[in-house]
Amino acid sequence: MENFETKVVTTDLLILGGGMAACGAAVEASYWAKKHGLKVVMVDKAATDRSGAVAMGLSAINQYIGLKDGQNTLEDYVKYVRNDLMGVTREDLVANIARHVDSTVHLFEKWGLPIWKDKNGAYVHEGRWQLMINGESYKVVVAEAAKNALKEANGELYERVFIVGPLMDGDRVAGAYGFSVRKNEFYVFKAKAVLVAMGGAVHVFKPRSSGEGLGRAWYPPWNSGSSAYFTIAAGAEMTCQEVRFIPVRFKDAYGPVGAWFLLFKSRATNGLGEDYMVTRKPELEKWLPYGHVKPVPANLRNWLGMLDVMEGKGPIYMRTEEAIANLAKALPDPVEQKKKLKELEAEAWEDFLDMTISQALLWAATNVSPEEKPSEIAAAEPYFIGSHSGASGAWVSGPEDLQTPQTKNEYFWGYAHMSTVKGLFCAGDASGASSHKFSSGSHAEGRIAAKAAIKFIVENNTQPNVDMALVEKLKAETLAPLALFEAESKKTTDPNINPAYIRPKMYMFRLQKIMDEYAGGVTSQFKTSKALLEKGLELIALLKEDAKKLAAEDLHELMRCWENYHRTWQAEAHIRTILFREETRWPGYYFRADCPSMKDEWYCFANCKYDPKNGQWTMLKRPIYKIVAD
Amino acid sequence: MPSYVNPEKCDGCKALDKTACQHICPNDLMVLNKAIEKAYNREPEMCWECYNCVKICPQGAIEIRGYADFVPLGATVTPMRGSDAIMWTIKFRNGTIKRFKFPIRTTPEGSAVPNGGFGGGDADLNSPALFTEPASLGLPAVATLKK
Repeated sequence: MENFETKVVTTDLLILGGGMAACGAAVEASYWAKKHGLKVVMVDKAATDRSGAVAMGLSAINQYIGLKDGQNTLEDYVKYVRNDLMGVTREDLVANIARHVDSTVHLFEKWGLPIWKDKNGAYVHEGRWQLMINGESYKVVVAEAAKNALKEANGELYERVFIVGPLMDGDRVAGAYGFSVRKNEFYVFKAKAVLVAMGGAVHVFKPRSSGEGLGRAWYPPWNSGSSAYFTIAAGAEMTCQEVRFIPVRFKDAYGPVGAWFLLFKSRATNGLGEDYMVTRKPELEKWLPYGHVKPVPANLRNWLGMLDVMEGKGPIYMRTEEAIANLAKALPDPVEQKKKLKELEAEAWEDFLDMTISQALLWAATNVSPEEKPSEIAAAEPYFIGSHSGASGAWVSGPEDLQTPQTKNEYFWGYAHMSTVKGLFCAGDASGASSHKFSSGSHAEGRIAAKAAIKFIVENNTQPNVDMALVEKLKAETLAPLALFEAESKKTTDPNINPAYIRPKMYMFRLQKIMDEYAGGVTSQFKTSKALLEKGLELIALLKEDAKKLAAEDLHELMRCWENYHRTWQAEAHIRTILFREETRWPGYYFRADCPSMKDEWYCFANCKYDPKNGQWTMLKRPIYKIVAD
Repeated sequence: MPSYVNPEKCDGCKALDKTACQHICPNDLMVLNKAIEKAYNREPEMCWECYNCVKICPQGAIEIRGYADFVPLGATVTPMRGSDAIMWTIKFRNGTIKRFKFPIRTTPEGSAVPNGGFGGGDADLNSPALFTEPASLGLPAVATLKK
C-alpha cells in the first residue's frame, strides 16, 4: 500500500463539521479565541461553502422567536417543543437556544441573506416561528462569515478531511483523527476542547427509493452518523436515541410541505377525499395530554395519516388545487386575483427550487399544475436529526443561569452544551433533547457551545496527552480497508465478489435491511417489538464483526467505509434504546406493537452510555423536570 | 445518473487550480477522469441533486437527469446563478416552459463581517451574552425564563 504521511495539527479548540452549527461555532469561537490568545481549527469533510444539511439552500428559517417585537416569549417556545415531543425535552437547552436564535437570524440578514419583508418592513412569517427567505445561498453566506471570522483570528480551516474518531486522555477528550479524501494523508488533531457538529444520520434505514433515487433522501446522504459515533466512542452519555424523525413530504422527491400547509393553508386528504385530521380525531384521545395540543404534534399528525394508509385508504394528497382556489376566492377583484396567483406560483416553485430542486423536476416531469390537481405526500423513512422534530444526540449540560434548584444537579455540570466527557462540546444534530432548533437554532447552539468551550479552555489550559503509539495503531486501523482491498481484490475476476471482504455499499444495504425489517422501517410500517429488536441486535453484532472486513479501492471508498461504520453505531444505540423504553410514545415515529400505549413510568429520558474500556452498554433513565410552568 | 457531464462542454477546468465540480460536491461524487480530462459523477445513486456542481461549472457542462427509478423522462430544470440572483428555467415533459428569478443575497460576495456591524457588548466569558449581544438581539439584555 502507498505510504500515508501523518500530519499532526495542534490547536486549542477543534471544531468538527462544517454545517450550520459548526459555522456558528467558528464565528463565535474566533472572537473569544482572539481575545484570549487561543487558536481555533475547523475540519469539514466537504467544501464549507456548500457542506452540511443546508448545502442546497433552504426556503425558510424555521426558528425565530421574535423576542424584540414581543411576538412570542421563551416560555411559548419551550411549551411548543415540549408538547411536540410528547413531553420529552430538556427545557433548559431549548430555552437557551431560543434566547439566542433571534440574534443569529439578525446576523444572517446583515451578512446578506434575503429575508422576506412585508410593506411595513417586518419579517414575513410562514408560520408562528417560521420566516420566509430567498435561501438559495443561505449556506454560502453563513460559511463566508465563518471563514472571515477564522481568518481574522488566525484560525485554520481543513476541508476534505474526514474525521474517523476521538482521541482521549483518560476521561478528557484530547482531539480527533481522520484522513484526507484528496491526498494520502492521515490526520491527528490535538486539542484542549473539541466541539462536535458533524450532523445527524441518513441511510441507517432503508429508504423508499432504492435504485438511483437512493440518494434522494429527505436529509442529505452525507449525514452519516459521525456525530453519534464520535460522542458514543468517547464514552459520552447519549439521550433520546429512540427519538428518530419521519418527515411527511411530497412523495418520492421529498419536497417541503411547510409553505403549503402553513402559508397557503392547504389540507391533506386521503384517496377517498377524507381529511384524516378530522376523521381520525378520536384517536388523539389515546395520546393525552399531547393529543389535545395545538398544533397537533408532528408524530401524531403522521400517525393519523399512517392509520389511513395502513387501511388501504391512500394515496394521501396535498390539496394544492383547493388551497389555491381558496386563496383566489379571497380576492374578488380579477386584476388583484391574477397578480396574487402569479405571486403564489412563484412562491410555490421557489419553495422547491431553494431546497429540493428534485421536486421541481418531478413536478415538471409529471406535468403538475398545482392549481389543477393535488400532489401526493407520504411519510418518508426514519432519520436521526436532533435539530428537527427528532431528538437524538449527546446528553449535554445546560447553562447555569436557567437551572432551578430541582434541575441544577441533573442538568448542569459546569459548561453549557458540554457532554458528559470533559472538554467535548456538542451542537446541532450532535446534541440531544433540544429539538426544533433547525438551521438557525443549530447556528445559535454552535455559538453558545463555542463560547462555553473557550471558557473551558481558559479554565483548563493544559494540552491533554495524546498517546502516539495508540495513534499508530489507529492509523493502521483507519487505512486497513485500503490494505485489505489491495491484498485480496485480484484473487477473483470481479472485485465486487470476493469472500475476503465486503465493500461499503453492500455493507450499508445490509445495515439498512436489518433496520428496516427489525427496527421498524418503511416495509414494516414503522412497527417493531422486543422480539424483533433482539433479533436485530444479533444481526447488528455480526455486521459489526464484518466491519473489520470492509474494503476500499480508493480514498472515496475509504470514506464510505467509515461513514457506514458510524451509521452502524447510530443504529445500535437506536435499537438498544427502543428496546429499553417499554412503551409507545411517538406512534408516528415508531410503534412498539408489544407495548402499544404511553406509560407514566416512561415519562423520562431514556439514555445510554457505551464504555470504551469494556465494550459494555449501560441503559439509564433520567428524570424530566419542567422549568416552564404549564 | 442524476448529474451528468456534457463531454463537448467540459474542459476539465484546465484553466483553474482545481476542478470546480470536484471542489464543491458535498458528497465527493464528482471526479475528473484524468485520461480524457472530463468530469463525471462516480456514484449517481448517492447524488442528492443539490445542483451545486451545475451552478458552479464555468462551462455550463453539467446538467441533471432526474432519478430514473421515479422521475419520468423529458423535463429539465436549469439554473443560471449570478452574484445577487438566480434565474431558473423549468421545461416540462409536455413542453411548457416556466422561468423564475429570485434574489440570492443582498450584499457583495465576500463582504460578510462576522459581527454584522453590531458592536460587541461588554460581555465576558462568564456572561450568557454572545459576542454580538445584546445589540444583535435588539433587546437591552439576554432574555431569561420566569421561573
